Amino acid sequence: MDLTKYETEMLEGKHGNAVKKSMSILVALGEIYGAKKLIDVTSVQVAGVSYDNLGDAGLEFLAEMAKDGKVKVLTTLNPAGMDLENYKNLGISEDFAVKQKLVIESFEKMGILSTCTCTPYLIGNNPHYGQHIAWSESSAVAYSNSVIGAMTNREGGPSALASALTGKTPEYGMHLDVNRNAQIKVKVDAEIKGTYLFGALGKVIGEKVKAKPTYIIGIKEATVEELKSFSASIATYGGAAIFHMEGITPNKTPIPTDEIIVTQEEIDKAVESMNMDSEVDFISVGCPHASINEIAKLAELLKGKKVTKEFWITTARPTMKIAEASGYAKIITDAGAKFAADTCCVVAPIKGRFKCLATDSAKGCYYAYSKNQSKTKIMPIEKLVEEAVKEVKQ
Amino acid sequence: MTEYIQAKSDDFATQKPMVFEGRKISPGIAQGEALVTTQGLSFFGGVDTTTGIVTEKGHELEGKSISGKVLVFPQGKGSTVGSYALYRMKKQGTAPVALINSECETIVAVGAIISEIPCVDKIDISQIKNGQKIKVDALIGKVVVE
Repeated sequence: MDLTKYETEMLEGKHGNAVKKSMSILVALGEIYGAKKLIDVTSVQVAGVSYDNLGDAGLEFLAEMAKDGKVKVLTTLNPAGMDLENYKNLGISEDFAVKQKLVIESFEKMGILSTCTCTPYLIGNNPHYGQHIAWSESSAVAYSNSVIGAMTNREGGPSALASALTGKTPEYGMHLDVNRNAQIKVKVDAEIKGTYLFGALGKVIGEKVKAKPTYIIGIKEATVEELKSFSASIATYGGAAIFHMEGITPNKTPIPTDEIIVTQEEIDKAVESMNMDSEVDFISVGCPHASINEIAKLAELLKGKKVTKEFWITTARPTMKIAEASGYAKIITDAGAKFAADTCCVVAPIKGRFKCLATDSAKGCYYAYSKNQSKTKIMPIEKLVEEAVKEVKQ
Repeated sequence: MTEYIQAKSDDFATQKPMVFEGRKISPGIAQGEALVTTQGLSFFGGVDTTTGIVTEKGHELEGKSISGKVLVFPQGKGSTVGSYALYRMKKQGTAPVALINSECETIVAVGAIISEIPCVDKIDISQIKNGQKIKVDALIGKVVVE
């Protein structure tokens, strides 16, 4: 790989130890994946924030990088293992909280914004079409590549941090137009409406074509919330970094001749597979993090009602602040539902706490089952609220 | 039944160390005993980081310790948190002394670099046997099997 004089100095350690380590990571990845050079990035999203996933090892690594590492570009964080302010109300232990706060302190010391969210594009870390960025968080990667048209590989926590501390990433994969082209056409022959059905569609397509870039036809319209749900699902179940949706996403691509069809029956089956036989005791909206629009909808549905089950709305703290200022938050908390800002059901230490999660997120179902060994049900937000206010049999 | 072939004594006398030229992933020099598997390995969830013992059910190395070994495997797999697991093992003294891959991927590359464990890839690992003494010079990507 060709390095500039400045990049070589960074690699040799002339700009500190954290920069040196970061450059070693980026150069090694560049060599492995055949990059010819490093390119500048304008935005970074760092995953690997929850202490539940990092452990003491991750914490030690971050503390070491924070000794002399400073961000070069706008950098935000993925969800943490808890609401950084309101964790007691959500049943998170003090021991966990202490460790989690140490993780956040290390990131802050490096100049990273400690807004912990999987939807950075909703709270101001919002690149534009064609910009090179280095994001981890698979759902945000799929969203930014596909819906925004920015360019990023699926980074891991350390490689994204390395980009934050150097402002660089190796030029390979999704940074090159040729790799972003669709490889297979997917005709959707089913009625897809609402976040939960877009999630089911992502599951069906992801399982069929794995990580291949798709050219999807047959979707007439999609909201930001539906696209965020779809991005999360196709990345979780297939590993895709990019998709193209005819008439909806902005990237140019040759249209592939290979075609597969997604039928109504396959969508129904996917929904059925996430609807397990169990009594719901936990309801959550906000995977990926709820938008202010989703929160407004929940407020409308929950107004004047009382929930009978644990109900979490997981969202970014700035979004929650808007909800507070606009009165939505009060309506929701008066109904007994709880805000869990900075965190989510995938990364919070809730294994074993609940028997059955009901959500509108196909990604949420995947992790509830595989990581937290909980049963799942998937349904639209309206049904979730109905489920939440049902009287509990004593 | 295992068949034994009688080796002529001069087969051994003329046997030279095998030298492989690979690609350096993470710099450093180390030597140790080879622990070889033909299966991918996940350091997060697949290895107990406090003991260095492989815990993945049904893995060829299940129950074996990778600490202090030159670990020879095709490539890493699983969660990207695996990079941090390698780092943790290095800090606790339970990490392998060097890593040899046929085709290195992101998790192992990043893990090796942040933990300062020498790592070389593009090596024909089928030529390496368990227990052989191996010298890894990851400054130039050379592996010598004695």
